[in-house]
Amino acid sequence: MSVAQATPPALRKTALNGAHRALGAKMVEFGGWDMPVEYPSSIGCGIVSEHMAVRTGVGIFDVSHMGDIRLSGPGALDAVQHISMNDAARLAIGQAQYSALLYPEGTFVDDVIVHRLGGDDYLLVINAGTREKDFNWVRDHTREFNCRVEHLSDDFTQIAIQGPKAVDLLQKLTDADLSTVKFYWVTRGTVCGLRDTLIARTGYTAEDGFEIYIPSDEATSMRVWNEILSAGKEFCALPCGLGARNTLRLEGSLSLYGHEISDTINVWEARLDRFCKMEKADFLGRPALDRARVAGVTKTLVGLEMVDRGIARDGYKVLDSSGTEIGYVTSGSPAPFLKKNIGMAYVSPQHAAIGATLQVKVRGQGVKAQVIPTPFYKRPKKT
Amino acid sequence: MAYPADRKYTKEHEWITSDGTIGITHYAQESLGDIVFVDMPKVGTEIAAGKTFGTVESVKAVSDLYAPASGTVTEINNDLTTSPEKVNKDAHGSWMVKIKLKDPAELNGLLSAADYEKFAAEEAG
Repeated sequence: MSVAQATPPALRKTALNGAHRALGAKMVEFGGWDMPVEYPSSIGCGIVSEHMAVRTGVGIFDVSHMGDIRLSGPGALDAVQHISMNDAARLAIGQAQYSALLYPEGTFVDDVIVHRLGGDDYLLVINAGTREKDFNWVRDHTREFNCRVEHLSDDFTQIAIQGPKAVDLLQKLTDADLSTVKFYWVTRGTVCGLRDTLIARTGYTAEDGFEIYIPSDEATSMRVWNEILSAGKEFCALPCGLGARNTLRLEGSLSLYGHEISDTINVWEARLDRFCKMEKADFLGRPALDRARVAGVTKTLVGLEMVDRGIARDGYKVLDSSGTEIGYVTSGSPAPFLKKNIGMAYVSPQHAAIGATLQVKVRGQGVKAQVIPTPFYKRPKKT
Repeated sequence: MAYPADRKYTKEHEWITSDGTIGITHYAQESLGDIVFVDMPKVGTEIAAGKTFGTVESVKAVSDLYAPASGTVTEINNDLTTSPEKVNKDAHGSWMVKIKLKDPAELNGLLSAADYEKFAAEEAG
């Protein structure tokens, strides 16, 4: 039984919206966009199947709702260095890195993937719900640099092909030699007949995979989406929605803006130290982070697994073993591949040790949980 | 979808037989998606018609279960504790709780299979 819903008037649609609806996807609002949360069981889909497809084969995601900002020109690197906490000077042409844009307080404007596309050419890929905020932020804080800042979000349809078989699937559709593209590197090639297409070996699933950036007109987008699904049949590829996208990134303990990171959380609390290069001369948020590092954190992000029967969900309170409230769950869900119930939470530092026994308040009752190492899931090394 | 005629239905997408066996409908399991957790009351609990008596959780969401009728819980389906996905596979064959009905006449006000089928079709459309 497909649940036919019209798109509410205020929501934006990607060029592939019709494809999702035609497949009978359950649609949901996310960050101002009308997006598929999962596809129907009648075509072998559903959150669990889609999640498992990415872990064992390949899944295909429409992630066009994400945003794209290009910085180019002689001052582009300096501009990126000023607004981004990671060190973009380390990037070779064709290399990408995870980073974040910070407020002067050392808290998050957004997390971002910085791609160096050329000598003086950088692409920032940002979250859907923060497109406008991020663009305004980037434009307003790079005025003093000699670079052009372009908002390219509407120019691209972005499709993510994720899973151990992603490389085999995409290789069928491109003349680029994907075996030469390492993880977190990019290349350009002809994809489904489209010349000079940006192909990035990036993703948000804790698996190997690629993201391709194609023209956002509906005809091209639909044609490429359908060709990918068709070519994917031999690998049992499934279209995947935001439901699986969330369970996949949670198993990999990847942060989601508005949950693990936000404008009230700093880099140390979020445990994203390794992406923050304090040795860089200066960047927005650096002085505050210096002070915060000395002051110490009052809350810290941990990974939890439920020990007794119950599911931790976003916003649920975390208690110590005596029932005192000590924090809250930022993201919680069943983990389909790991087959347990997991979550990430902010807790006071004295309760953050691996092995610490905590409780999560589920419908008024404390349910036993334990702090465990993250990431919860790490993809197997290819032998 | 033809709904079994041997039971009555509610607008909250539960079904109940004349001997007080309760479950959720095919439409409900389809809307919920993969069910991962069923939280049922203990044997001996009094449940009241129209009030919540448990929850069913999918990967994404928590949904309340509403009692189709009042009564005392006499048995719960422990199978669903270990295999909640059985509800997705066969919602009408997966009972959740059995109650001793306080007032069997309460069932008279519930929907017949035909009326529920129409209701579910309207909800979907």
